[in-house]
Amino acid sequence: MKIALIVLIPFLGALLPLLLIRAGRNVCTIAAASVTGLALVILLTTVPEVYSGTVPRFSAEWLPALGLSASFFIDGLGLFFAALILGIGFLIIIYTRFYLDRSDPMGRFFAYLLLFQGSMVGIVLSDNILLLTVFWELTSLSSFLLIGFWYHLPESRAGARMALVVTGGGGLALMGGMLLLGNIAGSFELSEILTRGEAIKASPLYLPMLLLILLGAFSKSAQFPFHFWLPHAMAAPTPVSAYLHSATMVKAGVFLMARLWPALAGTPEWFLIVSLTGLVTMVIAAWIALFKDDLKALLAFSTVSHLGFMTMLLGLGTRSAVIAAVFHILNHATFKAALFMSAGIVDHETGTRDIRKLGGLRHAMPITAILAVLACASMAGVPLFNGFLSKEMMLEEASHTVYAGQAWLFPLLATVGALLSAAYSARLAFHVFFGTARHDTPKHPHDPPFGMWLPVAVLIVPVIAIGLAPAFFAGAIVERTALAAAGGALPPYYLALWHGLTPALAMSVTALGGGLLALWLYLPLNGLRLAVPRPDAMTLFQAVITALVVASRRIIDTIDNRDLTRYLGVIMVAICVFGLAGFFGATHAPGDRATLAVTLPALIGWAVLLAACGLIVLRHQDRLFALIVTSVVGLVVSLAFLQFSAPDLALTQISVEVVTTILLLLAINLLPRTTPDEMPRRGKLTAGAIALIAGGGTAALAYAVMTRGFDTISTYHIENSKPGGGGTNVVNVILVDFRGYDTFGEIIVLAIAALTIYALLDSALRGAAARRLDAIRNGPQANPQAHDPHPLLLTVVTRALLPISVVAGIYILLRGHNMPGGGFIAGLIVAIAFLMQYMASGYAWAHQRARLDAHTMIGGGVALAGVTGLVSLLFNRPFLTSSFGYFHFPLFGEVELASAMAFDIGVFFTVVGTCLLSLATLSRVEDRAEPPDDHGRRA
Amino acid sequence: MNMTMSMEMLLATGIGAMTAVGVYLILHRRTFPVIMGLTFLSYAVNVFLFAMGRLAIDLPPIVSKTAAGYTDPLPQALVLTAIVITFGMTALIVVLSLRAYLETGSDDVGLGVPPDSADPDGRRDGAAP
Repeated sequence: MKIALIVLIPFLGALLPLLLIRAGRNVCTIAAASVTGLALVILLTTVPEVYSGTVPRFSAEWLPALGLSASFFIDGLGLFFAALILGIGFLIIIYTRFYLDRSDPMGRFFAYLLLFQGSMVGIVLSDNILLLTVFWELTSLSSFLLIGFWYHLPESRAGARMALVVTGGGGLALMGGMLLLGNIAGSFELSEILTRGEAIKASPLYLPMLLLILLGAFSKSAQFPFHFWLPHAMAAPTPVSAYLHSATMVKAGVFLMARLWPALAGTPEWFLIVSLTGLVTMVIAAWIALFKDDLKALLAFSTVSHLGFMTMLLGLGTRSAVIAAVFHILNHATFKAALFMSAGIVDHETGTRDIRKLGGLRHAMPITAILAVLACASMAGVPLFNGFLSKEMMLEEASHTVYAGQAWLFPLLATVGALLSAAYSARLAFHVFFGTARHDTPKHPHDPPFGMWLPVAVLIVPVIAIGLAPAFFAGAIVERTALAAAGGALPPYYLALWHGLTPALAMSVTALGGGLLALWLYLPLNGLRLAVPRPDAMTLFQAVITALVVASRRIIDTIDNRDLTRYLGVIMVAICVFGLAGFFGATHAPGDRATLAVTLPALIGWAVLLAACGLIVLRHQDRLFALIVTSVVGLVVSLAFLQFSAPDLALTQISVEVVTTILLLLAINLLPRTTPDEMPRRGKLTAGAIALIAGGGTAALAYAVMTRGFDTISTYHIENSKPGGGGTNVVNVILVDFRGYDTFGEIIVLAIAALTIYALLDSALRGAAARRLDAIRNGPQANPQAHDPHPLLLTVVTRALLPISVVAGIYILLRGHNMPGGGFIAGLIVAIAFLMQYMASGYAWAHQRARLDAHTMIGGGVALAGVTGLVSLLFNRPFLTSSFGYFHFPLFGEVELASAMAFDIGVFFTVVGTCLLSLATLSRVEDRAEPPDDHGRRA
Repeated sequence: MNMTMSMEMLLATGIGAMTAVGVYLILHRRTFPVIMGLTFLSYAVNVFLFAMGRLAIDLPPIVSKTAAGYTDPLPQALVLTAIVITFGMTALIVVLSLRAYLETGSDDVGLGVPPDSADPDGRRDGAAP
């Protein structure tokens, strides 16, 4: 649990600065520093354990089926990196306090920083590689926020976006690689994976998996050819550059390669790809760094170069090279973070980071100058500083590396890299702090406040201490870390200042001397560089992104042309294709089930249906006519239900038909009366062809099914309808009992539809829609008949019919359990009776007299049905279990009461409410469009 | 195999005709034919589902001692709710198209494609009637 806390504390603590910024910048800083400090202290309590050789673990299951678990462990490597992240993080926080301006939102900055810190610690302590990938993505996201912290600056935004695209894209590749790795190893736990190196390397999927993982690692660590994003990320505030782009995030890729080293390294593929990528990065980035005039850009490319240095060492695949890599990670973290902070101080104090405008700062800011020059010396690889030692070890490894049969390649390029490294370090030291003092900087420079240079000084201490007595100060750390990274015993090695007259020493001396020479020849060299055309990363990147956007837009414009008709056409064609494929892929011949003889009424109905279908195709432009024809089809359908032993369906269909027709009539009144015949002949033929295929297929399918025998599951329902559900109308018992849950869901859908209709229409009485309604009322389309008052005869008859219809409806509702009827049908009948009042007497009249609000009916109906279901829970029966009994009532005699009846009443009210709400709202809108009648009032 | 006239044949061809009309109408560009088309498709689908319980005459699924047998009640129960839901859906799209018409003055189902970027054969007029 303690281990998980180390990861969790920064995440939880990220809230503190946001809350405490109101209490002032100092409190905010203290809060952020305490969070980091607390995590660091907890981490350090594990040191005795880890350094005695045990590995503390914590594991909690998360998604075991996917292999994802929240498991953490601390070994030497994890401890080393976590300590770097938290330790340097702590110093950065203090530095930030003095770096950020009063106008900068410090609370937000610290919150982002802590989020990032937690993600980084998560990467280095994760035992599960999926969890590691999650944290990996989190660092990409939180670094995006940090790089874009000054989001008012365009280059901040551009840099942040570029970093996100590159590292996020790499993260995707990494995810794929990790999934492959987990599948190959048979486990997603690192501790398992690291023991299965042989099996992993022998797998046929090794190469794709390796490439994907390396893609993630290289893009994160800015290795060639992904080195371009890092300098642009330098638009971030300096503390971010110092923290993310030197000490931590860019090392995540190196960490990952070290972490997986026992499982992946040692193959020819690994050696060929990783070592060469590292070496090329080291040289190219150092060359670029030498000519950067921006301090931070110089440091950024120098970081890329040093990351290449570490990558190359890990790529060599020998354990001694791992030791050198680990040692250099430690050394680089100290001097580079110190340099970044020094650059920040220079920028802060002089107002510029341009080396060409700086010089002689040792007079104005002696403390900063001393610290920075010491760090530069270490970066250059001057003896007595820690940078010298690890560079020496690197040169030693390179000196006996044979790459693809070429023994000269690695020693030469490694020396060139070291030479360039010495050159840019010297340039930084001499051109900024030495030489003649400049007095034309935007600000008058002096040493910064104590809090700003102290973190630098703290980092310079190990630079010198390790440089003088490496074995004493760093021996244990390097050994424990390298043991964990190499996953086994280490070859003999000595961390010492003097190794005798070795080839590495010669290379080292060449590099230092050559570096100074290069600086002396700076101007001619720069001329040479300028003579060679160089690609500008940002321009290329933007061009690629723009091209991608244009290409996507083109594809989208082709596919998504916002023409819904075409979408439907495509969908229909697809359905036909799949349907036909299925149809002809299996037997579709009619079966031998006994068919029913045709009767004359059926034949007439069929003929009417076909005639109606033909008529509507020819004359659907006349909308009223189309509506009438549609109703005829609806009638034939209900007659068909009646013919084929489905009285409930017939009743439902006919009442729905009435309600739908009223609804469409109301709508037609406001819509255009005709559909323009605008479809070209070709379009009609295409649509017709699709329609014929769809119709023919459906007909053939229906016929094939109907003529075959089948086993029904309904025997159960018929047998249990009376004894189990208490009703003889099996359809109704299925609805309210067997499948009551479905029905419950369906009335809820109805209720939602009704409320949506209400919402759509209620707001139509305002804005553009209302103006158009007024236009219809006054415009030429206004129907002269609408001036007629409500027809007297209709009014009288409907009012007289109302009670009769309601009684009939209630009768149908109550008998539904045993005879055709039920809540749905009764609801529709009663709704029609009420709608007649709206039609005959007008909206206002009917609305005034409506006792029950339609909303109440809908809500009450759904509630009643739900409560009925819940009651059965009280009796320890499942939701919606029906119970019934027989009761004796005076006058009525024996009456059966089933709880399903209450459910059906709920259905009834929902249906009535839905119909009334939809149509009444529609008629209210209609009312608005009606011209005032002769009495000058609106009906 | 019996392909002569039968009730099954009548119903199957009826379903096919309604489906064809429905598909034909929904491929139009105005809301009203699309709504009509959906209504036809709903009829077709409901009857199709109902027909999956096979056809029977005078065998309603109402339990009684004198009944000679029962037709399959399950598809009927499914179709009954389907009919009511169809109503809800139809009402919703009718109102949706009505509101869209009132709001924009057009009952075109396209999503506001400017006339010049529409199909080359210039089917769209874009104007409100």
